[in-house]
Amino acid sequence: MVNITIKSLTFGYNGSMILDNLNLVVEDSEVLGLVGPNGSGKTTLIKCMDKILKPKGSILIDGRDIDTVSRTELAKRLGYVPQSSSTPLATTVFDTVLMGRRPHISWRVSDSDLDKVADILGLLHLEYLAMRDFSQLSGGQKQKVLIARALAQEPEVLLLDEPTSSLDMKHQLEVMETISSLVKEKKISAVMALHDLNLASMFVDKLAILKGGKIYAAGEPIDLLNAKNIRDVYGVEAVVMNNLDRPYIVPLRSLNEGVA
Amino acid sequence: MSLSKTEVMGEYQSYMGKRALFFLILLLGTALLASMAVTLGSASLSIKEVYVAIMARFLPDYFESTSYANTIVWGLRLDRILMGILSGMGLAIAGAAMQGILKNPLASEFTLGVSSAAGFGAALAIVLGAGFVGGEYLVIGNAFIFTLIASFTVYGLAKYKGITPETLILAGIAIMYLFSAMTSFLQYVGHAEQVQEVVFWMMGSLGKSSWEKAGIISAILAVCLPYLIIKSWDINAMGAGDETAKSLGVNVERTRVISMVLVSLITASIICFTGTIGFVGLVAPHITRMIIGGDHRFLLPGSALVGALLLLGADTLARTILAPVILPVGIMTSFLGVPFFVYLFMKRRKVFW
Repeated sequence: MVNITIKSLTFGYNGSMILDNLNLVVEDSEVLGLVGPNGSGKTTLIKCMDKILKPKGSILIDGRDIDTVSRTELAKRLGYVPQSSSTPLATTVFDTVLMGRRPHISWRVSDSDLDKVADILGLLHLEYLAMRDFSQLSGGQKQKVLIARALAQEPEVLLLDEPTSSLDMKHQLEVMETISSLVKEKKISAVMALHDLNLASMFVDKLAILKGGKIYAAGEPIDLLNAKNIRDVYGVEAVVMNNLDRPYIVPLRSLNEGVA
Repeated sequence: MSLSKTEVMGEYQSYMGKRALFFLILLLGTALLASMAVTLGSASLSIKEVYVAIMARFLPDYFESTSYANTIVWGLRLDRILMGILSGMGLAIAGAAMQGILKNPLASEFTLGVSSAAGFGAALAIVLGAGFVGGEYLVIGNAFIFTLIASFTVYGLAKYKGITPETLILAGIAIMYLFSAMTSFLQYVGHAEQVQEVVFWMMGSLGKSSWEKAGIISAILAVCLPYLIIKSWDINAMGAGDETAKSLGVNVERTRVISMVLVSLITASIICFTGTIGFVGLVAPHITRMIIGGDHRFLLPGSALVGALLLLGADTLARTILAPVILPVGIMTSFLGVPFFVYLFMKRRKVFW
């Protein structure tokens, strides 16, 4: 059971502000979707949460500022899944996932580490790829292996940066289904940056809409995904329909006025 | 399609078995080559005379050797063989570590401009007689110190923009061209015989081996290697990108800087005695990676053994192929290593980078 509280988080490069005094709380066992237009700060927020970037303001994990938590300690609690991974040099899928054990092991790998890796490969149905070279996998397979690596860290929170970008429809659904069932089975939380509002609508418990480095609104998808918010945040005229009690967005055209 | 967990573990165990076999073959191969190399050379000693000379040192009561055989075997061959093994190990491990921390297949221990800096240091000593330490250590001292100067300059330049593989490589290229130009200038103003000496130095040779030098290299390796081996996991993680490595708990910048300093120290301590022996550090890690994969826990020691075998093999050929003329080993490493490398490169379908 973990609680992440983000207080007045500010981050920028050379004078341009990406996160602007942002506040957000992540609670137990939920899938939190971060949505918002390009450049609204989704990816930056995720990287700040994992101490990859150093922002101003504070991020508390169970009340403790992450600045005071060592990287290795943090890596046992938060598992980061990057949008894409630069290809490691001649590394099999098994070894890639084994790398996720790094926060828990010294040099030697124990049988229980190998056992955990084999279990996770089984959980994500990746056994048949175990000895394949990571660089030879398809986009969808790579994404699942990266999720598997993060799971090998045995984290309480998964941080995912656009896990479905560049995947086809089936793989998008597969990856989202995988994450959402992991959250339920392992009682962990997931925070993910997403572009596709309809995927967000289908799979997230809570939504935070970012605009200009601030939280524009946070709450349940059904309350937030409406034509007004989409116009305000994305500058897009859209029709929102009801699909199995979930909002379903059909974008119509982009608007030129009123968009920062 | 679907495999059971036992099958997955079985496949992994057989992969580990393959790695163990690779190490065993290399160890035996190096031992075999060394025991052959000691019997070869322009001094006409029989195999028996050679081994009697070796045994006489350990069991003087049972074996009696001539002082000629003793001088050739203990004073010329064994120390040279040891230097070859140690230098090959050091250069290959340095190359493998650089390829890992810079995430670049073209990186080697010379990427940070150290070979041209060492060459300049040597040229400065040979042409102008100027240097940091005098006497017989003039060339050695210069090569060593300029190697470290190059590394720290590259580090300083990169630090200014943030230590990333890109900044280190670009700063290294700048430093390399600077020292090359200065060496060319010295060669331009130097006398013919000085220029020749500089050129020979830069070809690399094990001709000036001694037990003392081998001892110094061993000591430096003993200090530097444990850190690199212990940090294997971190170097693995850095191969997947700095962000991933940070998220796995790695202090990326510190690991990269310390590794770089150790690699420079290893390289400096070897090439100051041998001159710039290229190719080993670039190719030994590739050969190893093609066979046992890119996990640095195995790649670093594996490269060391491949490097030792390659350099010892090259030097043995260099001593015998045109005997009594001894070719510079730097020429032979490429003649010996390239065919094997190309063979592996063509034969394997896997993508390695």
